[in-house]
Formats: sequence, C-alpha cells, structure tokens
Amino acid sequence: MKSYSYFPGCSLKSSSTPYDISTRSVAELLDVKLEELEDWNCCGATSYMSVNELMSFAISARNLVLAEKVGKDLVTPCSACFAVLNKTEVYLKEHDDLKAKVDKCLDAANLSYGGGVRVRHLLDIFVNDVGYESIKSKVKKPLNGLKLAPYYGCQIVRPKNSFDHHESPTTLDELLGQLGADVVDYPYKVKCCGASLIIYDEKAALELVDKLLNCAVEKEADAIVTTCPLCHMNLDNYQTRINRTFGRNYKIPILYFTQVIGLAAGFTIKEMDIDKSITPVNGKFRRLFG
Amino acid sequence: MTNAIKEDPRFLDEISSIPGGEKIRHCIQCGTCSASCPMVFKMNYSPRKIFAMAKAGMRNEVLSSNTIWYCVSCYSCHVRCPRGIKLTDIMYILKRLSIKYGLSTHGTASPALSSAFADIVNRYGRNHETELIMRLFMKTNPLNLLKMLPLGLKLIIKGRMPLFPHRIKKSGLEEIKAIINEANILGGEK
Repeated sequence: MKSYSYFPGCSLKSSSTPYDISTRSVAELLDVKLEELEDWNCCGATSYMSVNELMSFAISARNLVLAEKVGKDLVTPCSACFAVLNKTEVYLKEHDDLKAKVDKCLDAANLSYGGGVRVRHLLDIFVNDVGYESIKSKVKKPLNGLKLAPYYGCQIVRPKNSFDHHESPTTLDELLGQLGADVVDYPYKVKCCGASLIIYDEKAALELVDKLLNCAVEKEADAIVTTCPLCHMNLDNYQTRINRTFGRNYKIPILYFTQVIGLAAGFTIKEMDIDKSITPVNGKFRRLFG
Repeated sequence: MTNAIKEDPRFLDEISSIPGGEKIRHCIQCGTCSASCPMVFKMNYSPRKIFAMAKAGMRNEVLSSNTIWYCVSCYSCHVRCPRGIKLTDIMYILKRLSIKYGLSTHGTASPALSSAFADIVNRYGRNHETELIMRLFMKTNPLNLLKMLPLGLKLIIKGRMPLFPHRIKKSGLEEIKAIINEANILGGEK
C-alpha cells in the first residue's frame, strides 16, 4: 500500500467537504493511504503573498517541516495549496537568501527544514503512482455515454514544476477516458475561473465563469470535472447568478474528479456527497448511479 | 498620461532590489502578457503597459492602478514570457509596494481581502471563509451580505459554511506567532 502525508487545506475543511469525503473514500479503494498531516496550517494562498512575502513563505514552510518529519510525499487535492507549497519548496531550493531568512523564522519557533519534501497533487498520485490500469480495474459502472469536460484550471499546472503540461495537460482527459467517459475536447481546460476574485468583484469573475460554462454547454458536456475546490465553488455555486446577470440558462453539474472515479467504481451519488453541490446532478446521473 | 506625471528612476531600482524583481529590466514589450491575461478587460493599464510605466519610473501611477490587484495569479503570462520574467511574482511585489506606500485603496477590494486573510490565518492558523467574507463585505459593501444571503443559506444547510473557525493546536499557533515575529524583525514588508 502506498502511503502519503495528506494536506486537505482550509477549503476542504469547510466549503468543500465533499471533495475531502470523496478523496478519502476513493483513496482507500485504490489502496492509497492518506495520513492527515498533524496540525498543518494554511498554505497562505495567493492572498498572504500579496501582503508579505517572507511571512508567506515561512508559514507555508512550517508545513514542509511537519511533512519532512513524517518522511513521506505531501499530497493535496487543492490546486492552490499544491501551487503554494510546491512553490515554497522550489524557491527555498533555488534562492539561498530566501532560504536563510526562512530558516531564521523557523528557528525562532524551534523548527528546521532540511529540504526536499515532494509536494504533489492528488491527481498526480492517482495517475502516476496508482496508474490508469489499476484505476480501470476498479470500474464497476463504466461511464459510457457520459460526455465530460476535463477542467484543470490554473494552479494545478502553473507555474511550471508540475506533473503535467502548463498549456495542454492530458492526465485528466486520459483518466476520464479510462473510466469509459466520452471526453469532450475542451479548449478552456486551463483558463482561469477567477478564484477569490468572485468575492471582491463578482461581476468580473462571473464573466470568466460564463465563458467556461458556455464552452462546455456548446460541446454538449453532461458535466464539468474539476481538480480544485475554488474552481468547483465558482462554477457550481454561481450558475443561478450568472443566469440572472447574463440571461443564460445553465444547469450543468460540476464534479470533482474524485467523485467521478467514485461513481465509476460503484459508489452512489450520496456516498460521493454529490448532493451537497448547489447545482443538482440531472436525471441522467440519477438513472446511471442512483 | 499627462505632463504632470513625475518620474522617479529609483522606482525601478526598488523593484529590482527584491529577488525576482530585477528581471523586469529584461522586458522587450512584446505584449505576450497582455494577450494571455484573462483580466486585462478590467485593468486601467494592460500588464505590458504597467511594465513600461514601471521601467519609466511612474511609481504612483503603477502602484495606485487597479491592474496589479486584478492579477488573479493564474500564471498564464508567467509561463509564456519569452524573456523568462516571472510576471506573477512581480505583480506580488507591486501589490506589496502598493500597500507599503498606502496606494492600494484606489483599485479593488482585493487589498482589503488580502489583509483580512493574513490576519485570520495569523489568528487561527487556518482560513475561516465565513469570517473572511463577512469582514470584507462589512468593510466594503454591507449590502453584499444581503445579496449573498440566498446562496449563504443553502451553503449553511448543506453544512458547507461553518460559523466557527478551525483552529490549529495552541503549540502550533505559538509557532506561527514566533515565525511572524521573526519575519517582522528581518524586515518583513508589513
């Protein structure tokens, strides 16, 4: 059994609990042991970096310290946590002056970081460590006839240093195909959803989300599949608002990739916590997966 | 742009003195960043223009523009820049300088969001989304709270909007506090 330190991140503990629940169930099914990193703190996200660089890197590095003690790869399903923690590890390796300052900050808390913790996104673990074939062997209800749009978003593939290509990634496409789905060619797969922009300029963010939803609907997708809690929030929570603001008629389900694997492996909609979404899954899903 | 704009060559030096910032001197004004930016339609000046203005020393115009705060860290320009400039990192530098000089109030509510976020993380060790949204709306536009009510209620019913924060352990919070204190001593920008 493969074993990892698990970093759920703040969103998965509050607004995105279905991602956490489906992650844990599917990981167990795939013989992936996820042990939650004890007493992890917020990665800092994009907001903290806008206020103070050194503090942002240093509090992010505290998580790397905790993971180094455990000695396993640090895995997160959140693209923002992945980007920040990975960036921290890479920058500490590349910039000696930054490393020296962060070391002093950690030392003030009686902590030290040697370096070299591998920070990884959950999708990377599933497709590269578990492998497509092993995942395929768990499929009980192939997703035949379901058209799915693979949506990666930004921070799972950018900046570089990721496991997949920063402009045209393919791992999620391949995974959905192995589950039997009809994978939509989705040209917006790495376009931005706006993330926290939706809190401080909702209209501007909705314009971005409108384009993402519109493209998926034009391609006749039955659902959009995401790998990030922020993408899920913006695409799922705000469809009513977009319909009202721009005169649209969206009601397209947004699913985490973990939920899709779960459905294909025989879990029910309820077990994958899909009913906690704001935009309900339609009849086609109910008929296929109960 | 008018004649009244004062140019300050020290501005470019200031940006260059921050690690990663020196790369701004390599910009060739090709415009790949502006063409890649999903938020350019909201910006006072496109990213290409902001870089030209920064190189020309237009400190106040750059730091009070909404451009830097509409950067949502999608890293599209960052990975495409033919000169290898880490644009998203430079936008972070400009954001922090704009807070430092008190010029961050003209653009969007993004600076308020960032400050509230850092404050919440310092206090609990983790983000508390509900408090973050409440604080931001109370500060910027309390009417937004009413607008958010239908969605907020749905999220509460579905158990996705906890009213109380998740705190890390007391020992962890002590560590965070020590880290922040030391960063302040070492010349953190806040």
